[in-house]
Amino acid sequence: MAEQVTVDVAIVGGGIMGASAALFLRRLGYSVLLLEASLCGSKASGVNYGGVRRQGRQLVQLPLSQRAHALWQDIRRLAGIDGEYVRSGHLKLARTAADMDELEHYRQLSQDFDLDLRMLAGSDFRRRFPWLGNEVIGGSLCPDDGHANPRLVSPALAQAARAAGADIREQTRVLQAGHSDGAFHLVCAHGLRVRALRLLNCAGAWGHEIAWMFGRRVPESAMHPLMMVTEPLPLFMHVSLGMQGGGIYARQVDRGNCVIGGGRGYALDAQFARPGARDIDALLRETSRLIPVLKGAQVIRFWSGCEGEFEDGNPVLGPDDRVPGLFHAFGFCGAGFQLGPAVGEVLADLVHTGQARVPISAFDIRRFEAQPWQPEPIPTTARQRGQEQK
Amino acid sequence: MNTPPLVAPGAVRPVIVGAGPAGLAAAQTLLAHGLRPVLIDEALKSGGQIYRRAPDGMQRSAKALYGFDHRRAQEAHQLGDRLADQLDYRPQTLVWNAEGQTLFLQSPDGLDSLSFSHLILATGATDRILPFPGWLLPGVFTLGGAQVALKYQGCAIGREVVLAGTGPLLYLVAWQYAKAGARVAAVLDTSRRFNQMRALPGLASNPGLLAKGLWYAAWLRAHGIALHAGVRLVKAQGESRVRSLLWEARAGDPLTLRETACDAVGFAYGLRSETQLAGLLGCTFQFDARARAWLPVRDAVGRTSRADVFVAGDGAGIEGADAAGIRGEQAALAVLADAGFAPNLRTIKRCANQRQHLARARRALDHAFPLPQEWAAQAEDSLVVCRCEEITVGKIRQAVREGGVREMNRIKALTRVGMGRCQGRMCGLAAAELVAFAAGADIREVGYLRSQPPVKPLTVGLVGSAPASNQEMETADG
Repeated sequence: MAEQVTVDVAIVGGGIMGASAALFLRRLGYSVLLLEASLCGSKASGVNYGGVRRQGRQLVQLPLSQRAHALWQDIRRLAGIDGEYVRSGHLKLARTAADMDELEHYRQLSQDFDLDLRMLAGSDFRRRFPWLGNEVIGGSLCPDDGHANPRLVSPALAQAARAAGADIREQTRVLQAGHSDGAFHLVCAHGLRVRALRLLNCAGAWGHEIAWMFGRRVPESAMHPLMMVTEPLPLFMHVSLGMQGGGIYARQVDRGNCVIGGGRGYALDAQFARPGARDIDALLRETSRLIPVLKGAQVIRFWSGCEGEFEDGNPVLGPDDRVPGLFHAFGFCGAGFQLGPAVGEVLADLVHTGQARVPISAFDIRRFEAQPWQPEPIPTTARQRGQEQK
Repeated sequence: MNTPPLVAPGAVRPVIVGAGPAGLAAAQTLLAHGLRPVLIDEALKSGGQIYRRAPDGMQRSAKALYGFDHRRAQEAHQLGDRLADQLDYRPQTLVWNAEGQTLFLQSPDGLDSLSFSHLILATGATDRILPFPGWLLPGVFTLGGAQVALKYQGCAIGREVVLAGTGPLLYLVAWQYAKAGARVAAVLDTSRRFNQMRALPGLASNPGLLAKGLWYAAWLRAHGIALHAGVRLVKAQGESRVRSLLWEARAGDPLTLRETACDAVGFAYGLRSETQLAGLLGCTFQFDARARAWLPVRDAVGRTSRADVFVAGDGAGIEGADAAGIRGEQAALAVLADAGFAPNLRTIKRCANQRQHLARARRALDHAFPLPQEWAAQAEDSLVVCRCEEITVGKIRQAVREGGVREMNRIKALTRVGMGRCQGRMCGLAAAELVAFAAGADIREVGYLRSQPPVKPLTVGLVGSAPASNQEMETADG
């Protein structure tokens, strides 16, 4: 059953990046076809921890993250639902004085970005967070960071894109992709053939496979964060938690369930991941050490998912220098959920004007080439540029 | 008579999960050939659900507790006690996760793990639930729950009890309650007598099974207990506790609406297999039209798509206790053959014959007690399907209608159905019926909920046996 579709922009991947891009491109009037191998928002975008946080990100990500922060404020207008988004604050915990120094150092470095970080320690800290274990000595609070429910937000963005006129095809894997005569030609499952003037690679942990269809090798690897959720408990954790130097991360949803992550699961196959025994043990142990009030609580589910990552902790985002009209946005290293809406907007910028509204050169795909390649420094005006576009 | 094994005994480490009829038979068979399996069971004492044992000190006779099967129950208990010393027996132990060839255990002693060379999953069944209005009121139990209260806790769910739904358990539980001194206000069977008459020829292949059912029904009638077939459950009524049950004497005919006063209701629609461990171990599942559920693929001796994993008993497909024992024995014989013991062909043949015989009777029972077909069509939008997360029929229908969703894991993601404490064990099948009906799809097309650990809730703060690692945990918080 062959079907031929011609569009302005084809998007591979219906996660939060692809769905947001579809939505912004529709607002600009482009015809959009979104191809999702599984179901929109059912992979990493839908099963991640749900952190909506700027604190702790590499500085090169902060302009993009600040822009995302502004977009999250209006998530209901964008996605049609609030997605349980709350600005609970994000508290990054320190176990040692050295951790505190690191947090203070980050606070100073990030001062250009309005994160409003506050260092907390001593009796004031204990009074505010009496439920934390004794080995935590303080932390850095970002009051306007928060969390949301990825299971709801990511599929809702795809729904919103569909409502805005995007042609969304689920269960439609891209089998072949090529570029000739100034257009992209895709062969997809169910005999679907696509001709598009622009192509966005938003394929997450599988982004490198799409890049390879154009002969481009990128060192993306898959990783599988481990998470768990408890039964509903009385509300006590009014802030989303992280650890300096790595460790568990935790939040409590309005219904009372605590969502806690840390460590890694393992790949079941190319599509699914599963919680692994080794880190389950560590996650449980760390949880009862850092949040002792949770001792005796019942964990009702562990899960994992498939994230794409690069060694430098940054995604690939931007134009492909060899294939005109091809744009990449994948491999967000387990921290893409918050960035999603801004990435969609940037991709729409790139299609529309060729210029992203925030600096993204640190995410250039050329950084993996054999020839050493230096990203441009972030302009000091980046913060203003991120804020102006509200 | 034992043939020496062809492989070193140390290399064979069979593990059995579940000490009901299937697990005990498997353990006995392995022991008889000189292998010492590990037998893991959630309960304090062996016997499984069907032969669940009264706590020490309880006075009631086995006859009153187990009915016709009291001798089998006693035999099972004696067998369990006799084997316990010879086995590596681990009662009060939950297998909460499985990965590769390792099982992860939670017991009063804490967390532990255990590796296996061959695994026999004899994990049994729970009640199959189709919710009806008022089912969440205090005083409303499942039939199995009502039975556990009687057998294990020595108490009835109420003084004046209505037992409802369908399946052979319905009549047994009614008899057990009447014997225990509770007033059984009514026995309401949603299956029609017609189905039961039609099933007679099949049941005749197992006269014992037929006779038992008829005897319980006759006993109940003789004791003035009202039995009604072909009914529909309309609503359990009451404020802080159920006070009466509304039902239609002829399903679908509101003119036959009746009200029966009661202070407790037990209901279920047969049983469903507990298959999560097979799912976690990566066994292939296939849709079983008879069970209207996805079950592990197995061959004639219970071997799954994994050569080292077997399923036996009701956990592999509902067949009843007698068949479970044979299935357990068959799986154990297959493990023995794998381990290099020369199989006793006569025993293998006897098992196969007995099982075929029982399978015929079982099919007849399924015809006699079908699920009410109109349930998914008639359920009201306000009815709660998933009690852990309080998800209504309407919410599921809305996800199908507006989201165009027709796959169970997607429904779970969008509505939270099956996301709570029970992880879909109680609500999953009813939710699948709703999704299939709302989407106009065959029930097999909507799939089934993927298993995630833990199989049952796991407690934070238990001490693990694994060495503590000092490595920092990697972060990925969205």
